[in-house]
Parts: sequence; C-alpha cells; structure tokens
Amino acid sequence: MHETEVHVHVNGADRRMRVEPRTTLADALREELHLTGTHLGCEHGVCGACTVLVDGDAVRACLVLAVQAEGAEVTTIEGLTPDDGTLSPVQEAFRANHGLQCGFCTPGFVVSVTALLRDNPDPTDDEIREGLSGNLCRCTGYQGIMAAVRQAAGR
Amino acid sequence: MKPAPFEYHAPVALDEAVGLLGELGDGAKVLAGGQSLIPMLALRLAFFDHLVDLGRIPDLQRVERVDGSLRVGAAVRQSAVEHSAEVAAAVPLLARATPLIGHFQIRNRGTVGGSIAHADPAAEYPAVALTLDAVMEVASPRGSRDVPAADFFTGTWTTDLADDEVLAGVRFPTWEGRCGFAVEELARRHGDFAIAGATVAVELGADDTIRRCAIGLFGLGPVPERGTAAEQSLVGASAGDVEPKALGKQAVADLSSIPDDAHGPAEYRRHVGGVMVARAWQRAVEEARHA
Repeated sequence: MHETEVHVHVNGADRRMRVEPRTTLADALREELHLTGTHLGCEHGVCGACTVLVDGDAVRACLVLAVQAEGAEVTTIEGLTPDDGTLSPVQEAFRANHGLQCGFCTPGFVVSVTALLRDNPDPTDDEIREGLSGNLCRCTGYQGIMAAVRQAAGR
Repeated sequence: MKPAPFEYHAPVALDEAVGLLGELGDGAKVLAGGQSLIPMLALRLAFFDHLVDLGRIPDLQRVERVDGSLRVGAAVRQSAVEHSAEVAAAVPLLARATPLIGHFQIRNRGTVGGSIAHADPAAEYPAVALTLDAVMEVASPRGSRDVPAADFFTGTWTTDLADDEVLAGVRFPTWEGRCGFAVEELARRHGDFAIAGATVAVELGADDTIRRCAIGLFGLGPVPERGTAAEQSLVGASAGDVEPKALGKQAVADLSSIPDDAHGPAEYRRHVGGVMVARAWQRAVEEARHA
C-alpha cells in the first residue's frame, strides 16, 4: 500500500513522516517519531490513554488519522515536560497525590488535565470529574487523581 | 488495531468533495470529525476504498443566521457549538445537547454534520434536528437539495443520503417569544450513549397557553422519534394543567421498536423515556414562563 508524506509540528519541531493513510496519529507518533509516551489502550476512542493536543485541543490520537494532522501543531506528553528533566506542575501533582499506580493511563490524564486547567483554571469538583470522564484508570480509584487536579489548580 | 487500507482525499472545496464522491461511487465514505467512523474502521465494522475528508473545506465550518434559522456548516466542531454564544442564543436546544456528547476530547473533533449523518439512534443531535424540524442541506454532483429532518433518518446508522451526496449544513429554525428548551437523558456513565433521552421545545402564550411544542425521543428505536400525538394534545391547553408524568407516558406509549438489549429491556427503556420527557417538559415550561 502506498505511503504519503505528512508534515507536522510536534513538540515545537518540524517533523516529516511517511505513513499509510490508515495510520492513526497515535501509531505515527509512536512508530515513526518514536514518541512512545503516548500510550495506546483500547485503540477505539474509549480509554483516553492516547490523548494529545492537536492545535491546542485535547484529542484522542487513536481517532485522528496522521494524514488529518497535516500542518497541525501536535503536543505529546513529552512536549509538556520541561527540557531540564523536571516535571510539569500537573505531573508533579500526580506524583505528590498518588495520582498514578501502574502509570499506563497517566500520559493521557496529564495531557487532558493540562488542557482542562488551561481552559478552566479554577474548576469545581464536578467540573474536574466531568473533565476526567474521558480517561480511564484501572488502578487508582480516581481519588488520587482528583486530589492531583485540585493541587495543580492551586486549591 | 488498524483500519483496512484506503485512499485519502482532502478536498478544499465542497464542489471538489462532491465531484470525488460522484467519481468514486459507493467505495467512498465521507470523513468529518471521524469520532464514530474511525473506530468503526479500526474495529473493521466498516470498509471503504476511499475516504473524502471534509476537514479542509472552510465553507463547511461557518455558523450563520439565514431567514429565521441558524445555519450550521456540517464540519463545525461540537466544541465550537458548545462554546458559541450565538448558538446558545439562537438554538438553545442544540447548545444544551452538546455537553452530553461523549467527552470534551471527542467534542474537540466531532462535528455537527458527522453526528447527524452517522445517525446513531441514541445520539443527541439527530433528535435535536428532528425536534426543531431542521432542514438538511444536501449536496451532490447533481446539485443540491433540502431534506426535512423528518425524512432524513431512515434506520440505524442510515439516512436518506445517496452514495454521492454529502450533508453540507443544517438549518435549525430559531424560535421566538416565550420559549423554553430542555434535553434530558439517562446514561450509565457520563459520555455514554443514552439508554433513553428526550428533548422538549415549547412556546407559551402570555396566559401560559401552549402555542406550540415539540417532543423528541432518542435511544427508543432505530431512528429518533417525535411524540406527535402528545404534542397535538398539548397545543391550546394551559401549561399549568399538564401533568408531566402522564405526558411522559403518553409520549412513549406508541413506540413500537424500542431496543431490548444488555443495556436494558424495552419496557425499562420505555419507562425511562417517559421519565425523561416529564423532566424535560418541566424544565422547558419553567424556562418559557420566565422568558
């Protein structure tokens, strides 16, 4: 099957990749660009583990084709982490509040929460729960994640 | 998990898109936000040789007022509807149904036209379109035509659209006067498709007489339905005389194809549908009284 060239700006850098049209953005990020922080859980839009920012919007990277992202600005979990190896405020809050156990779902949560708090810096608990509803975690029971979001929001 | 191979087309104008559909025939499928289509492809529930992406056609991303309606381009994202003051003012029911769709990450990609053309029986937008007697603007290589919502939905995931037609936009009539609108649904978890849901639009006269009303039902059959008999019995009555629970029961009484599956037996769904109508009715009337 023929491949097509796609240009995307990923975490601030111009990247080119050759992919089949059927390749999802999630697979392209992982397999072509080796950005393996974006995790794939369900691969059909239910679990939220693959959440990335496309032109600033949190989206499921398994429900976007790489070819649809042509020319877009993509931010992955790697792009949310400061270059000096420290953690972002959201990541720090997850660590401090036991917001993760196995960590598989964590990149998706961190990307979703980063977008949530950017658009609503002082969310109520109900707004946090609704904002988290698109990401599944099978370990924590969510209470640590709730606490992490509250802390990241400065509450 | 990968979709079966396909060719990808990204037209930049509607003419180009319908030209491609005419040329490619039934091997082509329109891709809008992809939030239903891509999982169906990934799970190999659907196969197409060609996808025609509407995402790069600026004309399909406009929202504008036209002759008593709000025209929403097919590729307008659900998140844009959710945050639009113009939509909230002109078509409150459309705005209020939006947060019930999936999760915010889904609404960031999902589109108005995609949801309506996908025609899931439990989806909110098709029910909103039916409730408000919206008009579908359909384009093809043969020209364009308008399809009333009542004729658009023909079955589960099927519509009146031919293989070479594309839903270009939807005109939602705007209601003026003492009006109220509400949507209610019951879902097991936030963002799930509803077990049953209802939409209500009502206009009251100065003395609380019901001047017009519309009741939409979703998740209660292969297509969204209207509670037509219940609507007819309401017009001319006083809103204060309506017993919401009885109205709910009446609205769902005639439904004959209610799903019966792992999410709930048909009689349970019918009951839930009636409760949703009752709740939506009360909220819509309350709003109209204060309008």
